[in-house]
Amino acid sequence: MAVVFSKPKALTDAPLHYCPGCTHGIIHRLVAEAIDDLDILGKTVGVAPVGCAVMAYDYFSCDMVEAAHGRAPAVATGLKRAMPDRIIFTYQGDGDLASIGMAETVHAATRNENITVIFVNNAIYGMTGGQMAPTSLPGQVTQTSPYGRDVKTVGYPIKVCELLSGLDAPYYIERVAVNSVKNVTRAKKAIRRAFENQIEGKGFSLIEVISSCPTNWGMTPQKALDWVESDMIPYYPLGVYRDKSAKEAE
Amino acid sequence: MAKVLMKGNEAIAEAAIRSGCRHYFGYPITPQTEIAAYMAKRMPKIGGTFLQAESEISAINMVYGVSSAGLRVMTSSSSPGVSLKQEGISYLAGCDLPALIVNVQRGGPGLGGIQPSQSDYFQATKGGGHGDYRLIVLAPASVQEMADLTAKAFDLADKYRMPAMLLADGTIGQMMEPVELPEDMRTAVYEKPWAVTGTQGKREHNIVNSLYLVPEQLEKKNIERYERYRLYEQNEVMVEEYMTEDADVCVVAFGIAARVSKNAITAARAKGIKAGLIRPITLYPFPKEAIRKAAGHVKGFVSVELSMGQMIDDIRLAEGCAKPVTLCNRVGGMIPSPDEVLKAIEKMEGGEF
Amino acid sequence: MAKVTFLTDVCKGCGLCVNACPRGLIVLEKEKINKKGHSPAGITDESKCIGCACCAMMCPDCVITVEK
Repeated sequence: MAVVFSKPKALTDAPLHYCPGCTHGIIHRLVAEAIDDLDILGKTVGVAPVGCAVMAYDYFSCDMVEAAHGRAPAVATGLKRAMPDRIIFTYQGDGDLASIGMAETVHAATRNENITVIFVNNAIYGMTGGQMAPTSLPGQVTQTSPYGRDVKTVGYPIKVCELLSGLDAPYYIERVAVNSVKNVTRAKKAIRRAFENQIEGKGFSLIEVISSCPTNWGMTPQKALDWVESDMIPYYPLGVYRDKSAKEAE
Repeated sequence: MAKVLMKGNEAIAEAAIRSGCRHYFGYPITPQTEIAAYMAKRMPKIGGTFLQAESEISAINMVYGVSSAGLRVMTSSSSPGVSLKQEGISYLAGCDLPALIVNVQRGGPGLGGIQPSQSDYFQATKGGGHGDYRLIVLAPASVQEMADLTAKAFDLADKYRMPAMLLADGTIGQMMEPVELPEDMRTAVYEKPWAVTGTQGKREHNIVNSLYLVPEQLEKKNIERYERYRLYEQNEVMVEEYMTEDADVCVVAFGIAARVSKNAITAARAKGIKAGLIRPITLYPFPKEAIRKAAGHVKGFVSVELSMGQMIDDIRLAEGCAKPVTLCNRVGGMIPSPDEVLKAIEKMEGGEF
Repeated sequence: MAKVTFLTDVCKGCGLCVNACPRGLIVLEKEKINKKGHSPAGITDESKCIGCACCAMMCPDCVITVEK
């Protein structure tokens, strides 16, 4: 009998602290699988964010750096400039990447910094207990939008892939989700692609992964995945937003 | 060795390169932009990195990234920009990462002005960002020292695993003087087994991190760090004493204020007043012993500062309030004249304080 | 015929694997409580498993190993 599926080596044995059914665990695993598949564990350095994934440094078995809130792309820039032959990735949530770290994100993208950014969008601040995120949906009830996100006073959600694809520089931008087996398979391919791009020296790749937060959304894990399908994905359409390889092939 | 004429800011940049620094990140701000301009010219020619970051915050976090990889790295700015960097500096300290931060000070608070100042003394010597930590703080008083202390700062930072700050001011930054620059200004090579260079499958993963959710662990980390600071305090005090042996009045001043004070001391001596100068070169650690020793024989101290009086607190602490300390200061970009300092010396000599 | 192994004590009982199984073979074993205090996932009839690993793919905690 051959092993069809087991835990990737790029994950440590530390049990994940995430809430039951939180899909951070799936996304961690997909990143680790890409590192395993490409055989780059020994030369990869990851950058953890502030937010629910803050302790990602304990979960990935490659070298890890914990960055200040939102600063992961700047830290990754430093790491990559110091060690161009190493593979550098950031793992960031929506508050980290699309709110406090927006400047770092946009500028790393516009430099086409040769790094891989994994952007986990679950439309809420999880670690601090469920406050409104830059990506919370219009009308979404959170601790700090108790009457629903009122777009007239707090504005509309930020669509990171759409926004970044307005820049000339970034090499690859794709939005995926992990709410079904089919989507997980697609997400796995996208994440792997984002690492391959870096290995080939192509530049900035960002994969936005639509994730769930059963605890702070107040749903069962499965209901949360259903909400991803019914509410999140229609607002944040999945797909490839930027792929410069297509142009290169011409 | 031949001397070359250089601007203070350029001397910092060249000395950094000769100290093995190949990565510079910064954001334009007066009066230190020559450092960035110099690096922008030189780094591409020697296989280094010059990157103009999107903000001071990003620049210091790029520094954090390079330092995590175990390489020498620096950023430079001036007062308002250094305030922005405080978050990153606290993280560097919390992860025990070496790095060089240059502050060519200008007047504040707020946007302040663009003329010289020493009003970031508290920020530099007492921590600056959040949490318990200290920086290596060196205060150059000449263009030559801009270079020498840059090399020293890299060395100390690596040795004690602390971020180092070169606390200069706009005058010395803009001043041109002859300097001597050895080809290689490195004095030692420090092993960095903690660096995140990739495990290569040969070791457990390294983690650069300042988060400790278990209070006992965080307390232990802080205590260990302060034990290292104690060693640094014991071993690395740098101070210049000028005519202090027989002094009745002791001026304490650093940087540009010390240069002005030396002229005042010469003038005072010509008038028969025994004045001397203690010039702290390390602001942290503060040269407490030199102050304490002088307190044994002087009538009092005059703290000459380009601030509303910041270092004066450290003088009082060092001499245990045994002798009077007066403040001779100008702020907002103004520099006290030798005459003003002389008057302060004469007042102290005359028992007016 | 496939073999499905659960790291029972790591399981948080979220049930995402239950919905992922195309054959409906996985259940949360209500009569059991693991070290974390959850009712862990388990397989009812392994002989019917096709080894597709859909359960493992949806597991956020790498609880499941599949062999075929």
